[in-house]
Amino acid sequence: MDNKEDIQKFMLKKVADIDEFPQGAHNLRIDGKGVERVNSPNCEIVPKKDGSGIDIYIKAGAKNELVYIPVLIMQGGINDKVYNDFHIGKDSEVVIVAGCGIHNHTDHNTEHNGIHSFYIEENAKVTYVEKHYGHGQGLGKKTLSPVTNVYLQKGASMTMNSVQMEGVDYAVRTTNGELQEGATFVVTEKILTQKDQYADSIFDVKLFGKGASTKITSRAVAKEKSYQEFHSNVTGTCESFGHIECDAILMNDAKIIAIPQISALSADAHLIHEATIGKIAGAQLDKLLTMGLNEKQAEDFIIKGFLS
Amino acid sequence: MLKIENIQYKADNEEILQDVTFEFQKGKFYVITGHNGAGKSTLAKCLMGLYKCSGKIFLNGEDITNKSVDERANLGMGFAFQQPVTFKGVRVIDLLKIANKSYQDYENILRKVGLDPKEYLFRELNATLSGGELKRLELASVLSRDLKVGIFDEPEAGIDLWSFNNLSQVFSEFQNTERTTIVISHQERVMNLADEIIVMKDGKILKSGTRDEVLPTLNL
Repeated sequence: MDNKEDIQKFMLKKVADIDEFPQGAHNLRIDGKGVERVNSPNCEIVPKKDGSGIDIYIKAGAKNELVYIPVLIMQGGINDKVYNDFHIGKDSEVVIVAGCGIHNHTDHNTEHNGIHSFYIEENAKVTYVEKHYGHGQGLGKKTLSPVTNVYLQKGASMTMNSVQMEGVDYAVRTTNGELQEGATFVVTEKILTQKDQYADSIFDVKLFGKGASTKITSRAVAKEKSYQEFHSNVTGTCESFGHIECDAILMNDAKIIAIPQISALSADAHLIHEATIGKIAGAQLDKLLTMGLNEKQAEDFIIKGFLS
Repeated sequence: MLKIENIQYKADNEEILQDVTFEFQKGKFYVITGHNGAGKSTLAKCLMGLYKCSGKIFLNGEDITNKSVDERANLGMGFAFQQPVTFKGVRVIDLLKIANKSYQDYENILRKVGLDPKEYLFRELNATLSGGELKRLELASVLSRDLKVGIFDEPEAGIDLWSFNNLSQVFSEFQNTERTTIVISHQERVMNLADEIIVMKDGKILKSGTRDEVLPTLNL
């Protein structure tokens, strides 16, 4: 796959799961520049005047809106930082597919830092999908360090699915949330690291409003000599509910440090954290061996399911 | 068919199996019984290669003593665990698909073990399933494969009365095939299905014979 267009298509498929953009709003950024931008009747994408990113406006009451905003880096030696702000109107429902793919075939380091802030008005519902993928044989590091800030007004909700599958050498993923009354923030994160890759996930969610709730689920697989850290803090300041769950599979010489923290600042805050780190259970391997899979196939089967 | 010679197994310097020799015939249904600690499950695991034992094991004349678990599985051996495992993120269909059959086959297999395919085929094999459901799914995963030898470690334990009636039906289907079935059980109702019963005690075969020969001697 030498053709630049083919690689772009391949990368787009990896990070946004599409062969081409469907009808509707989208913004494609390649190598630090916006190259394609389409609005829809309910979604307006406006470049920031200083060129630092885009503002995405979803009209109040919009339903079934689907927005793609992928980023591709196709060269080595690029350090791209972008600020994207999402203004989600009251009572709207939108699915936003973001994600970044780095193709670096050079020996120069490449980095993309997407700072995404979501201002979600009352009773709006957002599903946010973010996939990160690194590709290319060069020695240059592929770094992706996204920051996601989520501000949920009364009754609003956001479901965030964050995936880092392979090829990312260094990642610090930071997710911050502030929830008002009755707001819900559900995060599912899946991370696979291998070789000597490093990934750090940091969550800080504050439950400010009565009845606010969050569930953060992280599933991680660390292989070979890779290293992962998981930091999470959920703070409940009133009658609210928070649940952090970190499950990790450790293989070879990999290391994982999980530091879940819950801070109850009110007697009515109900907060739970669970963390499990361990190698693949021998009983699971035995079961699959008796089904005819060899050890490698059995491990792949378990990891694929765990991260699915 | 499946022949074992002088099987010995030690754990923590204790002899769990002592010099066990037996030949399982093609197409027959065997029940291995005996008190707890008699060595039944250990023998079953040695047959499947899950435990490494000394002695010799032959399948259809081929020495499989040094073959791994997956190699034995690919020669047509299957094993239903007494305590089924769960898998996060893995659905029932994912496990059954290892057998490379059609969806219709998987649906039929679930029906056979008393589970509605609509409800269970795409369900995650996790701890939200009850012990009884997991036992049936364990059985389904074994039935999904084309087996020459099926080894079932206490398949009836922990399941309700469906349970037993359907299980009997499943096993009675085996009796009309060329498949050799080996079931570990304490239950008389399971022994009533057997062509032959093997009684173990202290890591040895105490006696074996046809159901009519052995069952009356067991004081059940």
